[in-house]
Amino acid sequence: MSDSRALYEQVILDHNKKPRNFKKLEGADHSVEGFNPLCGDHFTVHLNLDGDTLTEITFEGSGCAISKSSASVMTTVLKGKTRAEAEALFEQFHAMITADPDAPVDDEALGKLRVFAGVREFPVRIKCATLAWHALHSALTSDDNAVSTEE
Amino acid sequence: MASQKDSTTIDRLDECAQAINVAKIRADFPILGTAHRGKPLVYLDNAATSQTPRQVVDSIQDYYYTKNANVHRGVHHLSQVATDVYESSRNKIAQFIGAHVGCEIIFTKGTTEAINLVAQTYGRKHIGKGDEILVSHMEHHSNIVPWQMLCEETGGTLKVVPIDDHGDMIMEEFDTLLSERTKLVSIVHVSNALGTVNPVEEIIEKAHALGVPVLLDGAQSAAHMPVDVKALDVDFYACSAHKMYGPTGMGILYGKATLLEEMPPFHGGGDMILSVTFEKTVFNTLPYKFEAGTPHIAGVVALGATVDYLNTIGMDKIAAYEAALLDYGTQALQQVEGVKLIGTAKNKAGVLSFTMESAHPHDIGQILDDHGVAIRTGHHCAQPVMQHFGVAATARASLAMYNTREEIDALIVALEDVNKVFA
Repeated sequence: MSDSRALYEQVILDHNKKPRNFKKLEGADHSVEGFNPLCGDHFTVHLNLDGDTLTEITFEGSGCAISKSSASVMTTVLKGKTRAEAEALFEQFHAMITADPDAPVDDEALGKLRVFAGVREFPVRIKCATLAWHALHSALTSDDNAVSTEE
Repeated sequence: MASQKDSTTIDRLDECAQAINVAKIRADFPILGTAHRGKPLVYLDNAATSQTPRQVVDSIQDYYYTKNANVHRGVHHLSQVATDVYESSRNKIAQFIGAHVGCEIIFTKGTTEAINLVAQTYGRKHIGKGDEILVSHMEHHSNIVPWQMLCEETGGTLKVVPIDDHGDMIMEEFDTLLSERTKLVSIVHVSNALGTVNPVEEIIEKAHALGVPVLLDGAQSAAHMPVDVKALDVDFYACSAHKMYGPTGMGILYGKATLLEEMPPFHGGGDMILSVTFEKTVFNTLPYKFEAGTPHIAGVVALGATVDYLNTIGMDKIAAYEAALLDYGTQALQQVEGVKLIGTAKNKAGVLSFTMESAHPHDIGQILDDHGVAIRTGHHCAQPVMQHFGVAATARASLAMYNTREEIDALIVALEDVNKVFA
């Protein structure tokens, strides 16, 4: 097992300390809550759509460094993307962090998201890294239902 | 850091450590000599589960290698051997908590099952519409949910005694809530999330003055202080072997014989009957009425060996040592920047629950793990406690008799590292 320095990349620590787009979005088209009842993490992801394009995406709430920085990085990479692109990115992100630790990372496809590759070595943190993404998925696909890691 | 702590605390700690011979105790626990992530294990998650000494593990092997047979059944010699060791363990355990007779000790899977047993038997019989059960705001979920389930079924009401910002029960509120409607008081002896030792003598005395029985959740007290159920005059006491250096899947319910006698059985099956026909079944006597099916014989034997082990050290000395270690740990933690202790009750057992300004408990636990330091992070199955203190989670270091001053120092070094990483 590896040292958690592999987990807490500088970019992650930076986003944890200074989360981007960390605010409520008044009158947002979609607002979805994500909970992790086991560690008490709780975020709300807000977004506006213009047709199929995510024109604005913000988040608020509290949680551990991994869940918070993941939400923050997510907002920075998704602005301007289409629904399909956002969903594809979530799929790739999910595949990366649940892959074998030795599997190659597709740097080009994942871009900034690759800083979370360290999560692969700490399976209990997968839920932290994907919490905001699951909330986003709920907002994009349907129902705006709150999501929980334990359902 | 250690040098800044007051010397009286350190002197007393060293004195208590010598009195129980911590080095000798540690040598009995093979797991304490293992390494994790390349670092010697510093195990500070004892409130979740404690480690097990060689003597207890040996008793399990000895049981399966030389004594294994079903109890209370066979005419053959081996069955008698198994029954003897099973029942002698029951007597040892009874003596350990001050019960006079073995028949007042019911074996269960653990504290949770013991509480559910009382809820489903005593509770169903005695707690009906308009009746109240009194618990505190610091209960573990296992002393909340069984009562909620019962109330749902019978129309009873769960009343909650509030706690203050130190994590002490507000006794004035207890006095107000305790009434002729109260049919049972079920209170945690020592809080797993805060370390608070509740004033159980006072609680029992006041409840009894109104004729109300008291159940104590002893999951966090049995291995950390002398417990005498007769001196306390408590009606029910529940604890878990795996938090007492014993095996998992094993616990006990102590109940006063007079109460147990008139309670209906919990589970139906073999061993809990005297005779069965399709027309009528006659239930067995105590304690067997509550022990349907083949019991966890090896677990009972191992708990007997655990009690023997604790008796050789002495619960008084263990309590004194852990109190000294708690004082040392409390002082040490308060010197770490940004640490806030959650749970500062007047009377505390060895639980150090805390938050840090720099990091979320989950991240604290992760960094500590790099240092080989095992703690628990989360809500500790006590979400109402977290809500009271306005936190989603805490980090919790919980102490046992085998922990040392050096291990507390290792915890502090690891916490300083947390501050560095999340600076």
